[in-house]
Amino acid sequence: MSKRIDVEHLKVYYGDFLAVDDITMQIEPRAVTAFIGPSGCGKSTFLRTLNRMHEVIPGAYVEGKVNLDGENLYAKGVDPVRVRSQVGMVFQRPNPFPTMSIRDNVLAGVKLNSRRIARSDADELVESSLRSANLWNEVKDRLDKPGSGLSGGQQQRLCIARSIAVRPDVILMDEPCSALDPISTLAVEDLINELKAEYTVVIVTHNMQQAARVSDKTAFFNIAGTGKPGRLIEYAPTQEIFNKPQEKATEDYVSGRFG
Amino acid sequence: MSIATTSSKLIGRQAPRWLPLLIGLCALILGAALSALIGFSIGLWAVFAGLIFVIAGPVVVGMLEGSRKGKDAFARYLIYGAFLLALIPLVSVIWVVLGRGVPGLSGNLLGTSMNGVSGVTDNEAAQGGPAYGGAYHAIVGTVMITFWATLMSVPIGLLTAVFLTEYSDSNRAFRWMGRVITFLVDVMTGIPSIVAGLFAVALFVQVLGDPSARFGFIASIALSVLMIPTVVRNTEEMLKIVPNELREASYALGVRKWRTITKVVIPTAMSGISSGVTLAIARVIGETAPILVTAGFVASINFNAFSGWMTTLPTFIYYQIMNPTSPTNPQVSEDRAWASALILIILVMILNLAARLIAKIFAPKTGR
Ligand SMILES: Nc1ncnc2c1ncn2[C@@H]1O[C@H](COP(=O)(O)OP(=O)(O)O)[C@@H](O)[C@H]1O
Ligand SMILES: [Mg+2]
Repeated sequence: MSKRIDVEHLKVYYGDFLAVDDITMQIEPRAVTAFIGPSGCGKSTFLRTLNRMHEVIPGAYVEGKVNLDGENLYAKGVDPVRVRSQVGMVFQRPNPFPTMSIRDNVLAGVKLNSRRIARSDADELVESSLRSANLWNEVKDRLDKPGSGLSGGQQQRLCIARSIAVRPDVILMDEPCSALDPISTLAVEDLINELKAEYTVVIVTHNMQQAARVSDKTAFFNIAGTGKPGRLIEYAPTQEIFNKPQEKATEDYVSGRFG
Repeated sequence: MSIATTSSKLIGRQAPRWLPLLIGLCALILGAALSALIGFSIGLWAVFAGLIFVIAGPVVVGMLEGSRKGKDAFARYLIYGAFLLALIPLVSVIWVVLGRGVPGLSGNLLGTSMNGVSGVTDNEAAQGGPAYGGAYHAIVGTVMITFWATLMSVPIGLLTAVFLTEYSDSNRAFRWMGRVITFLVDVMTGIPSIVAGLFAVALFVQVLGDPSARFGFIASIALSVLMIPTVVRNTEEMLKIVPNELREASYALGVRKWRTITKVVIPTAMSGISSGVTLAIARVIGETAPILVTAGFVASINFNAFSGWMTTLPTFIYYQIMNPTSPTNPQVSEDRAWASALILIILVMILNLAARLIAKIFAPKTGR
């Protein structure tokens, strides 16, 4: 169940401040799309508008459209809570719920919504989600232990398992590896590679090697200066972005001349 | 061999570990001797012993280990001294209340009221007869009044705090309301307890149109006026320290805001919230004046907070001391008062344990 995302003329504001200006792009299903760019250029801001998470911040709003398989997320009457159950999100810092066990963390999407689930179905869901997150073998003997006892990389994979367990169509990841060591990063990258078989994956990263390793398409964002809005500069297959970019700014950035 | 000599350069001279104990012992003996010169009293002894301990300790350490360690020891010994100083009031309160309260504790005290107990019975008790009368009615009153006060203040305080932390900055009107509420809570924190009592009485006299309206629930209202600001303030602080990341994690799973609050935010903050509630209860459970003006004072048992006068442990203690049942033999009443004080402390301790238990159940889990 992987869906395509069509963004049309999207602008994002924090109060009066225009943070991201006029973005139009298509994000392919069953593929990994990476957002790269210098910090402050609005990658996180834009990513959060893809599941309406920006609305948690007082004063933040958007203009434009985001279509998920043709359905506009910002149409009148759309419930942001339903949007988020179709478009999941993984954050920069692993954030398992500290009061819950590993098992309950995976089931959080079900349990927090007080949905009834048979014990056997729950066991199945826990196992399949943890397997998809490449974590099952490491935690299968300690499912009732707290999630906070895991290593950073394991915690991040637990958070991914938690997102998968609500069976979304799209998974958004905001710098999922920036708090992790190289070994854990590798584990998460392998996982991202597997996830694209079933999901639309969008990942923000400021590590260009990572973008090159995991993504099929890459979008480069840039900002003209502080206080200016971030813009989409170039969006192309990852190979092209890194080998023969069309824009000067992209070339400078991927070759490490700035940013 | 060479390794041993190089590493030994890193180890300076060290004072033995039992040095503080030795110095403490010497300070006690010397202090006793010095105070005996002036005229012995426990207070003087403690002052001398403390002074000698704080001065001699660093000097000895300084001679043994060098002046830098000596200065470090000075700070350390000051802290030891401050710790002991802080223990004095705590230990002496418990000591005195135990010492004077335990003799009065009996099945009678715990199980009977003062109904029918008069000066005559107390005089007989003082002569060696059986001691009748107890604090049962006061225990019942304390529990009932505090229960109703808690039942009202906790939901109100909790919801107010939830509004302040989770909703008040979502739009301009709410922001404004939040500021007003915070201001009012601050004002409420400063209300003297007797004023809260008078307010509660005036309110009920108005509402019921009965100038002599006095019953337990009015006292509960007065106490909740005192409790609510404490609960709001504390809960607010506890909710604020719940990391935003947890709220976002919950939203990102498609969980609604109110479920996020009730199932993620509050449970994460639960241990702090419950200890704050206990603190608020402990603050009001010892109130005397607002109880007297709202619930009156009786000698008999009353379980119904909504009609009839009620006695609580503090008002019972107050009356037993100020108006002994038998003026000629006040000792019997004093025994009851001290035993009741002990019961009051035990009640607060039980509450504390309950809060710990709740905190344990909800506490963020650690361990692998
Ligand atoms: N909560 C916020 N309120 C106001 N401005 C914000 C907020 N979050 C981010 N911004 C601003 O939006 C711009 C883009 O930020 P962000 O999306 O975090 O960039 P990136 O993720 O690319 O580093 C920055 O100028 C930042 O200051
Ligand atoms: Mg960012």
